[in-house]
Amino acid sequence: MNYQYNIGCSLHNLKGVREFIRTSLQHYDISDLEMGAIVLAMDEMCSNLMIHAHHCNPDHVIQIRIVANDPHKFIFEIIDDGMMFDINDFSEPEIGNLVHEKRKGGLGIRLVKTIMDKIEYKKEGDKNVCRLFKTV
Amino acid sequence: MVHIKRLQENGADIVAIIGEIDASSSIELDLAIAKSVGEGYKKILVDCSALEYISSAGLGVFMSYIEELRDKNVAFVLFGLKEKVLNTFSILGLADLLKIATGKEDAMKLANELSV
Repeated sequence: MNYQYNIGCSLHNLKGVREFIRTSLQHYDISDLEMGAIVLAMDEMCSNLMIHAHHCNPDHVIQIRIVANDPHKFIFEIIDDGMMFDINDFSEPEIGNLVHEKRKGGLGIRLVKTIMDKIEYKKEGDKNVCRLFKTV
Repeated sequence: MVHIKRLQENGADIVAIIGEIDASSSIELDLAIAKSVGEGYKKILVDCSALEYISSAGLGVFMSYIEELRDKNVAFVLFGLKEKVLNTFSILGLADLLKIATGKEDAMKLANELSV
């Protein structure tokens, strides 16, 4: 099964992203905690992309796809045509440094890398495709 | 969407978060904590019993106050976290950096001990 959702780059649409993930995956055998973690990781990915690659322009659209060919193995795709923002290029900041620098960002990348098994980026035509793999 | 209510009990400021905190709403949490700290409260309890979701934007707000609270000797305690919300703190190891209590009474007790 595949599921697809298109949204404009407004942070107010993050709630819609979370609902889309929960609704699409509701009939799979996923624990509440795992579901919560997946929803969180996708929220973090979309908010990062909206802020850093699209400057929260609601006219810019990103596409989210869930590929579920195996009921325990999911591929989450985020497709956009902005500047590529590869989180693998960013090292996670030390928690202690975040406290000291009073930075409010940087935690999201750490969360996504902890939750997802693998994150890949590919350029397909003029689109950026980010694939996040998760086995439950 | 999030609603934040503040009420005062036994000299402590109780900040109740109702709803979800994500990148679009974390500013409201930031403002509420800034107000509480700015008004000089030495005991701030954050009621998370109606907090349904928090993303890194919200966690970052808590993180950004850790040093200021320490410098100002403010006892800052979170309580009533649902398992799914606590899990987000745990993934990042923040559960060790912040004081987290089960219920309001425990939180008040902990805050009183911390402010001695």
